[in-house]
Parts: sequence; C-alpha cells; structure tokens
Amino acid sequence: MPLPIEQFPVLVVVISLFSAFTILLAGLVNRRSCFFILMAAVITQFILSLFIFHHVLSVGTIHYWMGGWRPPWGIEYVVDALNAFVLVVILSLSLLAVIYSKRNVEHEIEEKKIPSFYVLFQLLITGLCGITMTGDLFNLYVLLEVASLSAYALIAAAGGRSLKASYNYLIMGSLAAVFYMLGIGFLYSVTGTLNMGDMRILLPPLYDNKAVQLAFVFCVVGMSIKAYVFPLHMWQPDAYTYAPSTISALIASTMSKVMMYALIRLIYSVFTLNFIMTYIGLDMFICWVAAIGILAGSIFAIKQQNLKRMLAYSSVSQMGYILLGVGLSPISPWGLVGAVAHILNHAIMKGCLFFSAGCFIHQEGARNIRDLDGLGERMPYASAAFTIAAVSMIGIPPTAGFASKLFLIFASLEASQYPFVAVLLLSGLLNIVYFWRVIDRIYFVKHDTQTFGQEGSAKGSGLPLSMLAPMLLLASLCIIAGIFWLSEIPLPLLNEILSNLGTEVTL
Amino acid sequence: MESITPLLAILCPAIAAPLILLSKRHPNIREGWTLAASIAMFSLILSMAPKILEGELIELILFQSIFENIYVGFKVDAFGLIFAITASSLWILVSLYSVGYMRALKEHAQTRYYFFFCLAIFGAVGVALSANLLTMFILYEILTVSTYPLVIHDQTPEALSAGHKYLAYLLTSGVFFLFGVMAVYYLTGTTDFTPGGISALGLASQLIVVVVFFSFLLGFMKSAWMPFHSWLPSAMVAPTPVSSLLHAVAVVKAGVFGIVRIVCYIYGVDLMHELGLWLVLACIAGFTMIVASFFAIAQDNLKRRLAYSTISQLSYIILGAAMVTESGIKGAMLHIPFHGYMKITLFLCAGAIMVATGKKNVSEMAGLGKIMPVTMLAFSIAAIGMSGIPPVCGFISKLYLCFGAWALDPTPYAMIFLSVILISSLLDIIYFFPIIYTAFFEEPDGGIGGGGDVKINEAPLFMLIPLSITAIFSIIFFFYPNAFYILDLVKMAAVDIFGGI
Repeated sequence: MPLPIEQFPVLVVVISLFSAFTILLAGLVNRRSCFFILMAAVITQFILSLFIFHHVLSVGTIHYWMGGWRPPWGIEYVVDALNAFVLVVILSLSLLAVIYSKRNVEHEIEEKKIPSFYVLFQLLITGLCGITMTGDLFNLYVLLEVASLSAYALIAAAGGRSLKASYNYLIMGSLAAVFYMLGIGFLYSVTGTLNMGDMRILLPPLYDNKAVQLAFVFCVVGMSIKAYVFPLHMWQPDAYTYAPSTISALIASTMSKVMMYALIRLIYSVFTLNFIMTYIGLDMFICWVAAIGILAGSIFAIKQQNLKRMLAYSSVSQMGYILLGVGLSPISPWGLVGAVAHILNHAIMKGCLFFSAGCFIHQEGARNIRDLDGLGERMPYASAAFTIAAVSMIGIPPTAGFASKLFLIFASLEASQYPFVAVLLLSGLLNIVYFWRVIDRIYFVKHDTQTFGQEGSAKGSGLPLSMLAPMLLLASLCIIAGIFWLSEIPLPLLNEILSNLGTEVTL
Repeated sequence: MESITPLLAILCPAIAAPLILLSKRHPNIREGWTLAASIAMFSLILSMAPKILEGELIELILFQSIFENIYVGFKVDAFGLIFAITASSLWILVSLYSVGYMRALKEHAQTRYYFFFCLAIFGAVGVALSANLLTMFILYEILTVSTYPLVIHDQTPEALSAGHKYLAYLLTSGVFFLFGVMAVYYLTGTTDFTPGGISALGLASQLIVVVVFFSFLLGFMKSAWMPFHSWLPSAMVAPTPVSSLLHAVAVVKAGVFGIVRIVCYIYGVDLMHELGLWLVLACIAGFTMIVASFFAIAQDNLKRRLAYSTISQLSYIILGAAMVTESGIKGAMLHIPFHGYMKITLFLCAGAIMVATGKKNVSEMAGLGKIMPVTMLAFSIAAIGMSGIPPVCGFISKLYLCFGAWALDPTPYAMIFLSVILISSLLDIIYFFPIIYTAFFEEPDGGIGGGGDVKINEAPLFMLIPLSITAIFSIIFFFYPNAFYILDLVKMAAVDIFGGI
C-alpha cells in the first residue's frame, strides 16, 4: 500500500500538538517520561518531514485541505519545495536540540518545572511546523502566536534576568503580531479571502489600493520584528543571552529561520514579485536595510563581553544576509539561492555555536569571553566545535558560511550592486574580529595558572554524550553543508524552489 | 589525462594530520607520520613529471560545482608541478629538521605544531595543483588559517600580536582574492587557468578588468610586495622550521605563484601589454626589490634580515612575470625552486645557530665560523647564491631574469629593469657579506680563548643534515638545473604560455 504522503503535513502538526498534551498529563504521573514522549514525537515528525521532502521533490506540491473543506473556505496546507526544505531544517535542528536538552535541562531548570518546560518545547515545535506549512494567512497568525507564547515562557524558564528579557520579548512580539494581524485584516477587507493562493490571484488588480500597500508594510514590519531584522532587533539580545542554553540554540537556529521563511512566503507567494517590481526601489530598500543590519550587527557583536550576547548580535547580522538575498532576488536568482542556503547554513552554524556556548556554561560556568582562557585543553570537543562553527561564520572555505557568502556576492555582482559586495566582504572581516578573539582565548592566550608541556593531559571532557553528539554532528555538518552547496547536488531543489516562487530564471 | 595521482598527493598530508593527532602520546610515531607523508607526497608528485613533460595535462574533477563551468578539482601543468616539487621536496627535509629543532628546544604543543604543518602543506600543494581560481581560493584560505597556530606557537603576547597582524593582512587579502574570483567568473563565465589567458576577459570593460587585476594583486598579499609586506617580518616570531618552509617557501611562494597564474593564465600576455598592467606590476616589483634590500641591511636580528631578503627576492619572481618576456617568465619560474632551496638553507642555518648557541642577532655572531663550521659553510653557499654569484643556482635564475629584462621592447624599460636587477643583487651582497665576514673573520669580544683551540658546537644531526642537503642542492642546481626535471618543466611551461617559438 502506498504511503498516504498527502496526509503527512497535517500529521506533523497534529502529532506534535497531541504529544504536547500527553507530556502534560504524563508529567503528572512520571516526570522522567516527558523527555521520552517529546523525543519520540520529534523523531516521528522528523521522519515524516523527510517523506514529505522526498515526495515534494519527486511528485510535486502537496495541497491538504483541513477537514476536506475546499479553499478558500477551509484551511489549506501547502507544501512545496521551499517549505519542505525549511521543515526538514527546523525538525532536524529541533531533534538535535531535544537530545541536547536532556542533560542540559536537568542542570538549568528546576526539576518540578521540567514537565511544563517540555510541554512548551513541544508547543513551540508545533507552532514552527505549522507556520512553515500553512497556506492560510490567519492560520499562520494563530500558529505564530502558539510558537511565540511558548517561546516567551521558555525563555523565562531560566529564571532571574530572563524574566525581564522575556517580558521585553513579549511586548515586542505582541506588537509584531498586532502589526501582522492588522495587515491581514486589511487584506481580508479588500479581497475577502485569507488563503494565500487565492489572494495571490485576487491581489494584482488591487496593487494600487492604499489598503493593500499598507497591509504589505504592516505584514513585513510585523514579520521583521519577529525575525529581528535590524533595527527591530531590540528584544533579541537579552532574550538569547538569558534563555536556557537549549532554548537559545533552538530559537536562534529555527525560530528566526521560520520567520524569515514566512517573510519570503509573504513577499513571493502572496504579494509576488510583480508587486515588488511596481514600486521602484523597494527591493533596493530591502537590500540597504539588510546591508546596514549586516554591518551594525557585527559591530555590536564586537563590543560584547558575554559570549551568548555576542552570538545574539551575530545573529542579527546573519539575518541581514538572508534579507539581502531576498532583496536581491528580483534581479538575480542567486540572491534567493543565497537566502535559502543561508537558512540552512545559519541554522547549522548558530545551533553549533549556541550548543558549545551552552557546554561552556554547563561544565565551567563560563558566560563571559574572558572566562574562556585555556578551555581548549579542558574541553577539547566543545572548543573544536565552537572553532569550526566560528570559522564557518567567518566564511573560510570549504565551510557552510563560505557557500552563502559566495552566492550572495555573485548575486550582488549579477545585480551590478557593488556596494553589497563590499558589505558582504567587510562583514566577513568583522566576523573575524569578534570570533577570533574568542578562539584566541580558548586556545592561545596564556593563562597564569595554566601549565604547558603537558600534552595529552586533557582528560576526556566531562560533558555527557547527549550534549556532545548533537554539537559535534552540527560541527561536521558545517563542513559537509559547505561542500554540499558548492557541488551541483542541490541544483534540482533550488530550481524547484525558484520555479515555485515564480522567478522565471533557473540556474 | 584523468588520473587520481594529484588527489593522492595532496591527501598524504591530509591523512597524516588526523593520524598525528591520534598518536600524540607517542612522539616517535607522530613524527613518523609526518616523514612518511612527506616522502609519499614527494614521490607521487615527482611521478607525474614524466607524463607532464610528454605534453599531457593530468586532470582530476572532484565534483562539478553549482556554478556552471566551474568544477572543483586539479589540473597539473608544468608550472604547477614546479611549485609542488619545490614545496614537497623541502617538506621532507624540514620535517627532519623540525624533529631536531623542536626536541632540542623542548617546545610545547608539538602535536599541534605537526598537525597544522601538515594542513599548511596540504593547502600549499593544493594551490599548486588547482585547476581553477575557485579551487585555488579554497586551498589558499586553508593555507592562511592553518598557518596561524604555527605563527603564534610561542603564545607570548608578542607572538599573538604578530599572529593578529598576520591574519589581518592575509584574510583581508583573501577577501580581495574572492572578489577577483567571482568577478572573473561573472565577466567571462569561467575561472579555468588557460595558458595565454582567458580571451573573454579582453572583451569586458577595461576599467573593471583593471580593478579586478588590482584586487588580485591585493589578494596575493602573501607575496609580500611593498607596501603590504609588514606581516612577513612579524611572522618571524614563529619557530624557525615554520619560518623556513612556510615563510620562505610555501606561503609566500603561493602568493607569487598566484600572481604568475593571474598574469600568464588569466590575463595573458596580450592583455597585460594592452592595458599597461605589466609596467605597473614591474614597478611595484622593482620598488620592492630595492627598498626591501635596504630594510634588510638595517636589521640586526638574523631572521628578520632573512625575511626582508625574502621580500626582495619574491619580487624578482613578480618582476619576471610582469615583464612577460619568455626569458623573464623562465627566470621567474626557476627562481621559485632555486630561491626556495637557498632561502631555506639560510633559515635552517639561522635556526641551527639559535639552537646551538642561542644567538639571534648578526652582531653576536663573531667567530661563529669556527664554532659551527658546517652550518656557516652552508650559510655562505646560500648567501653567495642569493647574491647571484656562481657556482650556486641563484646565478642561473637571475641570468634568465636579466635576459628577460633585456628583451623588453622599448629599450629604456630594458635598461631600467636590468639595472634594478643588478642593483638589487649588489644590495644582496651588501647585506649578506657582513654576516659571513663577522662569522669567519671577526674575533668575539674577549677573544675565543685557548689560542685557536675552538670547541666545535654544531646543532644536532637532525638539523645539520637537512641544511647540508639543501646547501648541496643549491650547488647541484647550478651544474645540473634539470634535477627534479625543473628546467624541462620551466621550458614546457614557457611553451604553454607563449605557444612555442
């Protein structure tokens, strides 16, 4: 019997949602069971997502009508190459974060809070998967709130200063949601539909309508706050710094990507490139915002003393890369390729960096960069993972960051936008400044109490395997992904994404 | 011809690197891996030479890249092989020397040292064998990053700041190189090294082509042309074997190798002349040759003096390429191995002096000729060769360069660049001969004591043998320049570029 793969998108969300409630109930009986239910659910989701990915590439786009109600009345789930790809990225990263969380959470969260922590964890994943697959603008809003509310609570779970960070995020996040909500309200008022595919057809005659234009601005600003596009990133550094390590890693690597995905989806599948092209300079405006964000994020990162905060600002800069790719894509398909590639690459790199930062905190309590002296000998694996990911962020070939940079540079050249070539190259140099400082601390700066000449004395690191394995896997992926993007293997995927999004060029 | 030999060759150090990490508790096995890898790599590289001399190209496509018309892979031609032979043959000797040096000084973190040394050689030989700019860029950056831990090996604040300077210069230059690579691909749709240049480049806007050329020049800052040279003297804080192999041969030669590749295989002779770029490059090189020599005269620290000498000598190669005359190119290509052998001898001697006597400055070396006769003899041979005096191989490459300058078309240029070469050689004599004089003919303060009964105090044999071998080879290359097929390969490469005359 052939697998009913058309049903899988909804299963991914439903399994996740039911698992969340199961964890809640199971937690009342046995706290230790929570982790295993979460793990089982995420593994199932991950496997389903692989089937979906394969199906989308080999057969074509999946349309699933919730409850059999035809769009535009019912909610539709649409999975094409782009969101199948994003789904695999977020679920694989979530799976690794779940594995990593096992011991880390025992260390960072009070025991009686653990069941509710895992419930929220699962709800966050539910929301993210839903946002990725839905073809309905209002459903997207609902799932956005599911994901965001869980994220607020998860960040606050660390206690202490994370409460304030979470509160900031709550305010900014709700503001973002209101913006987005207003936007789709306007759109609904003029088109009478909430389905993305439907709206795409109904919108073109209304491009001159003020409500549509306002809706575009509202939706994009709302999503930009969520995706902490500079200068709307104010909530993000605190939230990343004080959240539990697992959550920092999960949010940094998946949630921001999903928000970027939603932005791309709005721009390409709802408003379409024609809308962008009717407003001359809109694409360049996006590019310049991105370019300023790239540089500003890096410059802020240089100033930071706290490792996680530095990584947070680095993320602000990296979101700029994705946005720059989006902005360049109307002119050069390589822009979109860069954005898509960077969604995966940044998820891998930032995940790895936050995992290793979490390990430094877990074993040594080292939160500040100056606490990292000589860690290369005491924690060889975490240090190596950090170094590989940092080198990848800098963009040294053959790592993942190099591939993103290469695509974006080529896109800028094709678009004849030489300033952005300079921005991208300069940003690589700024990355060197703030990452190399850390690498130097870890390996090379002589520590007063440190004794040299004791090679091989570094004992097997005291980190549990469940934290080491995901981190080292991501570190190796930094290099594997770099070679993957350089090779011609992703070409079919990229061509599929490009044709789905309505760019007429293929690579 | 398709063959996996180039891959096997560069895999030798790549495989040795993790093995070195694994055997960190057993120093003898660890050094064994380095030696085995170096010998294996050299034999593999040398085994390609006869095929190349038959006029074949050895190609290996690792994988097609996402960009149309670019693949990641290797294409071995005569010129690439010259650099690969130089780097890999010297790696064997420097590995031996490293063992002696590191153990004699009881250095820390030796595993790290051998590990990154392997990676650096991987990068350098990879650069030599790359088929196109993209592959070359990847390996070039690996070379930059992997030499950083070697430069800051001492981990003193001084070493760290030198390391930061090193990274700041070389990674910034990598940025320009990357821009050049992408720009060439954007303009022409290919990045393959084509003997005689990529013809489509001549069709692009001249301004952009000139800008891209300068960005390549900045990209090859590893060749230490002035005024972007100051990373090289700073990098001399590294242990001597690093300075000798990497900062006299592998890293810096990767830079000049890149410049020659750009001039002869991307831009081509015609375009260089048409845009007048040859003159700009030749002036930069001439300026560096003279000024660096003056800097060298002023240095008291021996390694720093050698570093400035390297800067000056590298520009001979750049000049040879810039003149784009057949003899000039031949001279440039010959100078890569010949200068490599001579300069490495000088550095190995400097290291030997430091290990045996702890002396680092020229002014302290009075009477050293009697204490370390073999070392100082080797030093003298190499120094004579550097100055272009027979019977050492430096004479041959400089002779070719002179012919190359002489063949320049408007005669004033010929006279100018000929005199630049001659003056610079004269300056070489001025900064090398005082060292020899001090070592052999000056008495140390307070006399040697014991009335000429000087106790010979040479460095360990592990160090003495490699430096004697390189010195002997410097002479062998004079009498028999075709050792390791080098002269044949140079002629072959010149035929490639100039289409055979």
